[in-house]
Amino acid sequence: MSENKGLNLTLKVWRQKDRHSKGQFKEYKVENISTEASFLEMVDILNEQLINTNDPDGPVAFDHDCREGICGMCSLFINGRAHGPDDAITTCQLHMRKFKDGETITIEPWRSGGFPVIKDLMVDRSAYDKIMQAGGFVSVSTGGVPDANAIPIPKADADEAMDAAACIGCGACAATCKNGSAMLFVSAKVSQLALLPQGKVEAAKRAKAMVAKMDELGFGNCTNTGACELECPKQVSISHIARLNREFLKANIKD
Amino acid sequence: MKGFFKSSIGKKLIMSISGLFLILFLLFHLCMNAVVLFSECAYNSVCAFLGSNWYAVAGTVILAAGFLVHIVYAFVLTIQNRKARGTDRYDSQNLPKEVEFASKNMLVLGIIIFCGLITHFGQFWAKMMFADLIGCEEAESLSTNGAYWINYYFHECGALSIVLTVVYLIWFAALWLHLNHGFWSAFHTAGLSNKTWIPRLKCIAKWFSTIVCLGFAVIVIYAACGGIKVPQGCCKDKQAVECQQSTQTPCQQESNK
Repeated sequence: MSENKGLNLTLKVWRQKDRHSKGQFKEYKVENISTEASFLEMVDILNEQLINTNDPDGPVAFDHDCREGICGMCSLFINGRAHGPDDAITTCQLHMRKFKDGETITIEPWRSGGFPVIKDLMVDRSAYDKIMQAGGFVSVSTGGVPDANAIPIPKADADEAMDAAACIGCGACAATCKNGSAMLFVSAKVSQLALLPQGKVEAAKRAKAMVAKMDELGFGNCTNTGACELECPKQVSISHIARLNREFLKANIKD
Repeated sequence: MKGFFKSSIGKKLIMSISGLFLILFLLFHLCMNAVVLFSECAYNSVCAFLGSNWYAVAGTVILAAGFLVHIVYAFVLTIQNRKARGTDRYDSQNLPKEVEFASKNMLVLGIIIFCGLITHFGQFWAKMMFADLIGCEEAESLSTNGAYWINYYFHECGALSIVLTVVYLIWFAALWLHLNHGFWSAFHTAGLSNKTWIPRLKCIAKWFSTIVCLGFAVIVIYAACGGIKVPQGCCKDKQAVECQQSTQTPCQQESNK
């Protein structure tokens, strides 16, 4: 068997001490990176190198958790694209075989007014939590799990709700949007509940509360470029934005 | 509806409705202009009909309000969006090719369209609507002679006619791009789309914007080629021509000589 030759890469990484400091790009070299390694493992290797060499800036801070595309914590802007060059995956699902030997990789944090940088590649995405707290829930009495067939739901509605529920709240939509709009995220959360009978009870209140919070937090206005949908790792459709617009209009007419 | 129009979706809905209103106007304008391809006299009758009625004036006021609302909100939303985007920019951003050029540049395209509108207003609309304010009664005989003005600007002005033809074609190209995105986007913002209808609306938008812009372009090219003949009896009055020319630019007057 021939030996698998690793990649030698130049990394252009955004370094920023804290929220108030001015950041800048710094270049690092990493060698012999396995093509089987995930992108985050490659950053782990870089960090090990920075610790071992006592780099004055220390290891690179970046968000990660489940590393299997579910939690929505990883949030890197790699070579000009949210979650890197591949479609429909998160950064943690990106592998080094997507890069060429000798390549320079630019790694940046999300850049959007709603997501201030905390340190290096970490951003504060608590704005999304605040929007969820405003209305992204169903008020139900807790108790035993009801029978799955107790409330009949049309297959099309169930599928649409599941597609919307696939949103992991990673923030790639707002980070990609030229307007810094969080409409894809909010619309996915409103849709997944508005489509189901359990969520319809509070649909009007929810749409108004979540949009009000989104506006209050300073996210931009959607101009339907569709970039969010294309960069969303879960491929959440912008058709949910049309539904949010309908829900919001209906809720206001009812008043 | 309290606070609705202050919300981001409310403001976008205003853009959407005013945009759809302007789209309807464009369709009406094209139908009106297309008459000149078939009969110059019939076109002049349309001009006379639309230039001297109180409902034409009322329509103009409503239309102007539509334009104003669309333009003002375009700037308001753009300023808000720039603020929301934050001050930091990506070192590089490679958006997928599927992101339409027009969707990213609607304001710039809108500004180009607005500049074209100002030129158009000065050349046609102002001369036809404010003939009685120019100062001589004879001018009124040309105010309803739309065919004369189309032929004059796109055929009779020599080099200026060529420049104007090119400028108008650029204007229509910008309009095509603006409409191409604006049409389906307006329905989407109003909540009138879903997974099935997004591709359908995009397809309708392409056809609609192509028909409208191609229609206008055909009229301009037809006029530039000298296809429009000024109806006899409408422009015989030399005094009226001289009076109108007195309101033209030196360049225009030179080309008349």
